[in-house]
Formats: sequence, structure tokens, C-alpha cells
Amino acid sequence: MSLWVDKYRPKDLSKLDYHKDQAQRLKNMVQQGDFPHLLVYGPSGAGKKTRIMCLLKELYGNGVDRLRMDTMTFESASKRKFDISTISSNYHIEVNPSDAGIYDRTVVMDLVKTTAQTHQIDPTGQKEFKVVLLTNVDELTKDAQHALRRTMEKYVGTCRLILSTNSTSRVLPAIRSRCLGIRVPAPTIEEIKTILTKVAKKEGHDLPNELAERIATTSERNLRRALLMLETCRVEQIPYTPDQKVTEPDWQLYIKGIAALMVKEQSPSKLLELRSRFYELLTHRIPSDLIFKGMLQEINKKCDLQLKIQVANLAAEYEHRMHQGSKEIFHLEAFAAKFMSLYKKFMDASMADFM
Amino acid sequence: MFGDQFRERILELNASDERGIQVVRDKIKSFAQLTVSSYKADGTKCPPFKLIILDEADSMTDAAQSALRRTMEKETKNTRFCLICNYVSRIIDPLTSRCTKFRFKPLGEEKIIERLEYICQQEDLKAEKCVLKAVNDAAGGDLRRAITCLQSVTRLKGKGIEVYLEDVIEVTGFVPRKWLDDLIQVCETKNYNEVEAYVDKFMLEGYSASQVVDQLNDILIFSNQLTDKQKAVIGEKLAECSYRLLEGGSEYVQFMDLCCGIITAFEIC
Repeated sequence: MSLWVDKYRPKDLSKLDYHKDQAQRLKNMVQQGDFPHLLVYGPSGAGKKTRIMCLLKELYGNGVDRLRMDTMTFESASKRKFDISTISSNYHIEVNPSDAGIYDRTVVMDLVKTTAQTHQIDPTGQKEFKVVLLTNVDELTKDAQHALRRTMEKYVGTCRLILSTNSTSRVLPAIRSRCLGIRVPAPTIEEIKTILTKVAKKEGHDLPNELAERIATTSERNLRRALLMLETCRVEQIPYTPDQKVTEPDWQLYIKGIAALMVKEQSPSKLLELRSRFYELLTHRIPSDLIFKGMLQEINKKCDLQLKIQVANLAAEYEHRMHQGSKEIFHLEAFAAKFMSLYKKFMDASMADFM
Repeated sequence: MFGDQFRERILELNASDERGIQVVRDKIKSFAQLTVSSYKADGTKCPPFKLIILDEADSMTDAAQSALRRTMEKETKNTRFCLICNYVSRIIDPLTSRCTKFRFKPLGEEKIIERLEYICQQEDLKAEKCVLKAVNDAAGGDLRRAITCLQSVTRLKGKGIEVYLEDVIEVTGFVPRKWLDDLIQVCETKNYNEVEAYVDKFMLEGYSASQVVDQLNDILIFSNQLTDKQKAVIGEKLAECSYRLLEGGSEYVQFMDLCCGIITAFEIC
């Protein structure tokens, strides 16, 4: 039994539920038999991967569905060996190079080279190029991206790259200009509602409109999250009722808790408590930029305008420092401490005005 | 110039080749030291020198460039150098003083549009003049980028079609003007919650924040609505935001900060 997210993933460009114009364009492109390197970007849960897989299917036929998992071993320049898991079919290979950490440059270069150097013996039956699909390109180091740009040009005859990323800000301009950018915006609330209702119907359940609306809103227009929530709701209670509880992800609640603590009391002992909470989040591999984003959103619900601006300012500053440094916890705590002192000062000042 | 001796008379190195000081010392020097005759194999005359072309010379290290100085002077008799670069200021002075400089000006807007029109005609495309102008704006006066952009549109839409403004915007990843105008308007209300809602919505559309920073800069400079002081404040914030984004900052947080900066700018008038 597979999750609904996978079960109801459209497998064909013509079966996509939204962004139909774009699907038509992609189809046009494939029909011309050739395409440039692609850079697919959009927020998570918007359907980037679905579109890429549909595109590959359109290109190569059903063969791309026969997937196999491999582990490839790479050797870095300093003779250190490490393994990366790949998902591949006869026609494409998918890899998340940022798994390799700072050795991603080796992965990018070796992988593209090995894939690109094998020519198709019989080009009549198939396309003459293979596809290398790299996910999370924005997490690649600058070094790896530079390496990529050379390999991209060199092996354009036998291999096409599809890069998938959340934001193009961290992708080098040199790479951006070599690819055809495809923007995948998040689906609207309405679109998510339609899909949720459709999936529920196929499963033989009746989904009340209010619940669909609530799931769609809580999911923050992330279709994958919405579908997962729908499935969680089914586990909890069936048939669906309009006033059913929609469970938010644990970590989000946890971050909310942290923010509430910070606003409630400002003292060194609280800061110590926060430390253990931050560690809890970090040990569960919650990305630190998500923590920052969550904190900023939550704290600012409870502050005045003047303070909000300052908090945003602080968050931006500490968030940036965090990317330059290596220990995330320092910067998270620094932000918390700074916010506390700021908040306390502000409160004291406004109290003094009151007296 | 060299006829069929073209290959042996020319050494071309670009940025993708190894070009450290070692290569300058070995490869370039030994090639430069070879003497050549002023006659071709069939007895006709040809120039008595070889040519070394260094493409993207501005990406060479200073040490490598200095190592070139001596070679350049000593072997002028039978070797000429040709350096190609984007920024002449990145070539060390002793080298520039040894060369004759040719400056290639950026192509004018009319020239680019003329060229694009020619391509459209050849490829059986229809495009309004204003669309081509948009292509040029998006490419920032870079003809190669403009042509690639045009080609991408045709790849997506098929041949023999009319190119519209929206297609160009979609392909280049430009943020439509409407969003930017909205941004300024929202910030003018000085209402944090509205700004937050806007940023959320904007992020979900999948546009890149760094693109906004670039485009906002252009808009701000020509805006009549803002005072000089406000522009200065926003400009500084833009610079900071752009730098942090490049360094890998999270888009949401940095963009929020930028918006807050614009709000503060609206508060001082």
C-alpha cells in the first residue's frame, strides 16, 4: 500500500491538474525531440518532481517507470571514499548531490562524466541523450556549481541536465543562463481543494467542503503536505466531518512553543530552557532556516510595528551569520537572547510611559 | 592570414584550460620561442609570426599575468599576443601598456532589435517591436542572452508562432511589474501583517528574491514618488539584502527584512 501522495501522482503531462498551459508547452518542447538543460524552480510541494517525471515519461515512454536504487561510491580528491544513493532507470539517473556535503563537486563531475561518456548504441529506437536529474541544486557549494557549468557545456551532446531547486537566488547566474528556467508556482487554495476532493472521492470517502478548505489553508499551499494531512485525518477519523481537527506538523507546533516562551518571560533561566529546545529541533534535523522563519512569523504576531521591524532586521542579520558560520545553535541562541533584551527594554520603556 | 597553416601558428587558451603560472612558464613560453618562416609551404608569403590568443584573460591570476610580461617582450619578433577580456581593469598595467587596445562598445538597443528582427524573419516568428524591446531589457544589452531567450520561447511554444510579452517574462524568470508595484504599495501602508501576507504569497509564486532586488533597484532610481533620502535608505537595504542572499541567506527572512527596510523608508519623509 502506498501513500496517497504517490498513488495519485499524475503520471502523464496531459493528466496534470493545474498549470495546464505550462504542461502543453513542455509537451511541445518534447515533441521537437530535443531540449536544452532545464532548471525547474518553485516552492516545495508545488509539483516540480511530478512535472519532471511526466516530462521524462513523455520523452522515453514507460521505461522510466522501472526504477532501481543503487549506491555509487565516489572518491574525493583526498582519497576519502563515500557512498551516494541514486535512483535510476535505463534513461535517467537521479541524485541529490548535497548528500555528499563538501565533496559534492566530485559527485557532480564524476556522475555527469560517467553518464555522458556512454553513448547509445542504437540511436534509432531511443533518444541520443540521457538525463541526469540533480535535486536541491541550491544547496550545492559554489565550487560544485562552477564545476557543473563546464561539464554542462562539454557533454551537451550525450546528456541533458535537469536541475530542481526551491529558489534561484543561490544558483549561479552562469548556470541560470545556460538553462531554460521553468517556474512552478504553488497551486492555489482552490486547486488544492479540488484535488483533495478528487482524491477522497477515489478512495470512496466524502470530503466536506469546510474540512478541505481548512486542510488547504493549514498546508500553506503545499500540495504534498495537504495530501498527507488528508491521509492523517482519515487515520484519525472516518468518515470525515466538517469540524474535524487538522493536525499540524509537530515541529511547527514546537517552534510556536519556543516563540511563545520567548515572548512570555525574558530571563537567563528561560534562555537555558530555550537552548535545550533548539537542540531538540536540530537533532531532529529540522533545517535551521525553517526555524528562523517560524520564529519570525510567530514572534511578530505578538509585537508592535516598531518592534516587528527590528525583529525582522535581527532575524535577517543572525540568519545570514548562521550561513557563514558552522554551528547553528550559536546563532539561534544569539537571536533569542537579543530578542529577549530588545523586548524587555521595549516593555520597560512603554511601562515607564504609562506610569 | 595564415591560410592552411592556421593550426600550427595559433595557440588558443581560454578560462576552462589550466592557466596558472606554471602553464605560462612552460606551454606559452615554449610555444612563443619557436621561430617560423615568412613563407608558406607553397612558397607564398605569410606573416612571420605566431599568434597566442588568451580568451577571458581577466580571470588569469596576477602572478600568471606578470609571468607573461617578459615572454611578451622578448618574443615580439615572432609571436603576437591577443588578450580578450571583459574588464580591462583586471589586466595588470604592465600588460595593458604593451598592447594596443580595442574597445568593443555594448551594442545599442536598435542594433540588437534589428538583429532580433532578422532572426525572427528567418525563423518564421512573429513578434511585436515592444516584445523585442522587452527581450533586450531582460538580457541587459547582451545579444547572446537575447537570442537564447528567443530560442527558448520557440522551443516551448513550437515554430511559426507569435511571441508575446508574457512568454518572454516567463522564460527569463523576470518578476512581472505588477508584483513590484504591489510590493511598494503594500509597504506604503506600513502595515506589517499585510506585508507578511504579501511576502508569503510572493514566495509561493516561486519567483526568486534576488531577481526582485535587481529589478527593484531599477524602479527605485527612476521613481518620482520617493525623496532622495528615502531612496538612499532603500538602496542601502537592497545592497545588504542582495549580498546576504548571495551568501546563502534564506529568501523569506531576507525578503521580509527588505520590506521592513522599505517601511522604515516610508516613515521618514
